[in-house]
Amino acid sequence: MTQLTFTLKQPLTHSLDCSQLTPDLLKGLNINQIGAIALHGQRVSDLFEMSGDDTENIVFKNSSQFFDNVGKNMTLGSITLEGDAGAYLGFGLKNGTIHCTGNAQAFAACNMVSGLLKIDGNTGDFLGGASSGLRKGMRGGTVIIKGNAGDRVGDQMRRGLILIEGNVGDYCASRMIAGTIGILGNVGEYACFNMKRGTLLLTKLPKLHATIQDCGSHTLPFLNLMFKSFKPFNTQFSNIETKRVQRFVGDAACSGNGEILLVSHSS
Amino acid sequence: MIINGVQIDETFAEAFNMRGTRVIITAQNLKWAYHAANAMTGFATSVIGCGVEAGIEREMTEEETPDGRPGVSILMFAMGSKVLMQQLETRMGQCILTCPTAAAFSGIDSDEKINLGKNLRFFGDGFQTSKLISAKRYWRVPVMDGEFLCEETTGMVRAIGGGNFLILATSQPAALAAAEAAITAMKKIPNVIMPFPGGVVRSGSKVGSKYKTMFASTNDAFCPTLKGATNTELSPEIESVMEIVIDGIGFDDIAESMRVGIQAICDLGETSGVKRISAGNYGGKLGPHHFKLHEIMGGNSL
Repeated sequence: MTQLTFTLKQPLTHSLDCSQLTPDLLKGLNINQIGAIALHGQRVSDLFEMSGDDTENIVFKNSSQFFDNVGKNMTLGSITLEGDAGAYLGFGLKNGTIHCTGNAQAFAACNMVSGLLKIDGNTGDFLGGASSGLRKGMRGGTVIIKGNAGDRVGDQMRRGLILIEGNVGDYCASRMIAGTIGILGNVGEYACFNMKRGTLLLTKLPKLHATIQDCGSHTLPFLNLMFKSFKPFNTQFSNIETKRVQRFVGDAACSGNGEILLVSHSS
Repeated sequence: MIINGVQIDETFAEAFNMRGTRVIITAQNLKWAYHAANAMTGFATSVIGCGVEAGIEREMTEEETPDGRPGVSILMFAMGSKVLMQQLETRMGQCILTCPTAAAFSGIDSDEKINLGKNLRFFGDGFQTSKLISAKRYWRVPVMDGEFLCEETTGMVRAIGGGNFLILATSQPAALAAAEAAITAMKKIPNVIMPFPGGVVRSGSKVGSKYKTMFASTNDAFCPTLKGATNTELSPEIESVMEIVIDGIGFDDIAESMRVGIQAICDLGETSGVKRISAGNYGGKLGPHHFKLHEIMGGNSL
């Protein structure tokens, strides 16, 4: 079996909801049946050149920022985007792997439950956040961002791991409930705003608001466990070797018990 | 059967079903890992009076432990899951939580889980935090030396307790020296512990007593000072008997530890003063697991 490949025929000028093109929904369909699926009134076969028959391993070639909802509620298999992705990449991802080699728009990993989402480029706001109306964001799984992320990373995040090698915008870990976010680059203002619990692992100290309190420097044995768990993801986080961190706790404005762990990055 | 001049009785050790668990204790260095583990496995020689039988299984290197620090693994056994859970939590709270730099992790996988740090976390009074790392939940409890790190649960498995053999020698020093040689060899076998002091018991017991309140009493048939006063199992030259009791995860683990222990004694030779190796049983009516000495030493049961 060869991977099922969708190659975009013409550049898009509008958003395309790709939520129907997941291993779960294409399972058992042949290439003709897949080609007949309607996306926004257009047949899949009109939008894409198709090849291959392994519906559990899907590849999008020439993908663009207009590809929304890729991998929505996926529970198995893998999706690779050779190019960019639109909004809501990996929305509600329950298992499996999504790899975007380009950039992704806002709300990547929104409502994610489990699995692995990897973005080689940058991503927009609300990475790992909650969809409109929900009180809990990402609830599990792992997100790897090789580039930068926008504002509100991990907003209302409940569980899981986000590792970002680049910079992030403002309000990082805002309203965070639990989980772990690691950032190697710069962090914008108002980090940990209304943070309840969880861990923000940083290598550079951002400007903190008054309700994030310094608890001093400590050697924490649990970091060994955490750093060991980072190793399989092949990121620059694997270069961190110290167990010595400066610990900040907050957000005191909401009686929060979240923490910033500031490590010295020795990459 | 005679091995190197030592007689191996044609008898068997009778053992019982137990519930067991393994916990990995780590610390800043081995010294403090041992302090924690010794405290946790203290007063845990026999379920009769201690609730559980526990002991240190082996040392673990930094590469083997979850948090990359030196540690030891301990095994703990009880007659039932409820007692094991109660004893584990109590001992964790009083011996590991309190020990400087110590941390505790699950040492055995099983579908059946029992609490390790699940309830201990409340000592943190709301400042405790959890981390879900590689599908395992850990608790970080702030304490005065920093943080107490503990995995939420550990596995509980079916196990066997009460494997044993008796060392019959012409003097007390000879019996003890042989027992020490056996324990040294047996400590190299995984999945077993010898829970008594130094791994050796001098007060083997029989079921029942002339006193109504006692359900176990001295094994007079093997007491050398009662040779003329009771229905003795000892020949005139025997002056001392020591027992080694073994608890383990599986039948083969206990059998192997018995084999290497008895072999180590036999290797000392007849001149060591050891005359016989025997075993304790209840006629085969109480325990479902029978460790037949001749089969073990002949390799037939392994």
